[in-house]
Amino acid sequence: MYAALWRLLPGPWWLKLFILLVLVTAVLYALFWYVFPWVSPFITPGEVDVE
Amino acid sequence: MSASVVSGERRKQRRRPRSRATVTSVLGELLLTAGVIVLLFVAWQMWIGDIIINAQKNDEGAAISQQLASSPAPEPPPFEKTDDGTIVYQPVIPAAPAEGEWLGQMLIPRFGADYNKGIYGGTTRAKTLDHLGIGVYTDSKMPGEVGNFAMAGHRTTWGKPFNQLDKLQVGDAIVVETPDGWFTYRFRTLEYVKPNQTEVLLDVPQMPGVATGERYITLTACSPLYSLAERIVAYGVYESFQPRAEGPPTALTDPPPPPAAPSV
Repeated sequence: MYAALWRLLPGPWWLKLFILLVLVTAVLYALFWYVFPWVSPFITPGEVDVE
Repeated sequence: MSASVVSGERRKQRRRPRSRATVTSVLGELLLTAGVIVLLFVAWQMWIGDIIINAQKNDEGAAISQQLASSPAPEPPPFEKTDDGTIVYQPVIPAAPAEGEWLGQMLIPRFGADYNKGIYGGTTRAKTLDHLGIGVYTDSKMPGEVGNFAMAGHRTTWGKPFNQLDKLQVGDAIVVETPDGWFTYRFRTLEYVKPNQTEVLLDVPQMPGVATGERYITLTACSPLYSLAERIVAYGVYESFQPRAEGPPTALTDPPPPPAAPSV
């Protein structure tokens, strides 16, 4: 899967590496800013204010 | 063996078709990816998310304060002059916010000069505490009102607005900013209670049926850190109301106290 991704990327190895780093950064941004805040309420414990 | 033959063989090797991805290899890579994402989630929840959300909320708060400062100031409320000539304004008490509705901004210089967190109605995680910030208890009094202005906030995670409650020192300013002005409270004491001890939210905290005519502020959060077992409660008493036309109160313009270290 990742080997196929590496083959799909154009250019010499350093360009592939650069594109890959940009992609990883984009994925991390999406996870940290959007996906995790959205998914967190489903995972963490429920109400905390008073019992 | 000549060099040209070697390079020719290499070229042939490079062109050789790669072994195709099998179901097992794809599954394995997906599982590895899932493991990395779970670890990233833990890192986000415990650390990175707090940095991101904390900065976002402080930026939002600074923008709101800026906007309030640039809009025309409302007419100052009536005031009394005390014997020593200081002017005591009557507080302009805001209306109770609906769930998720903005009430004002919380400014606590001890938590840093840039600490500026929104206060909203309600204390459910889904509607207020997680995505918005500090939440006002449903039956709470409003800032400046006689009784107890009681709020809840996260001690850890979601930008942890009340992370450093245990670092407050007696006399520290707790300022609530609304469009009408600033309510300054002074921190008095900490208390640790069980989650069902809602007496901390009474008009006179922990004193059922007692009326003192005093104005209190109560900040509650989880304790110990990363646990839901107990609650940490910070109490403050009302000091003054400063109408917007008069500019920020001295509690904010004075040199800020040394910032508290984060509670970890």
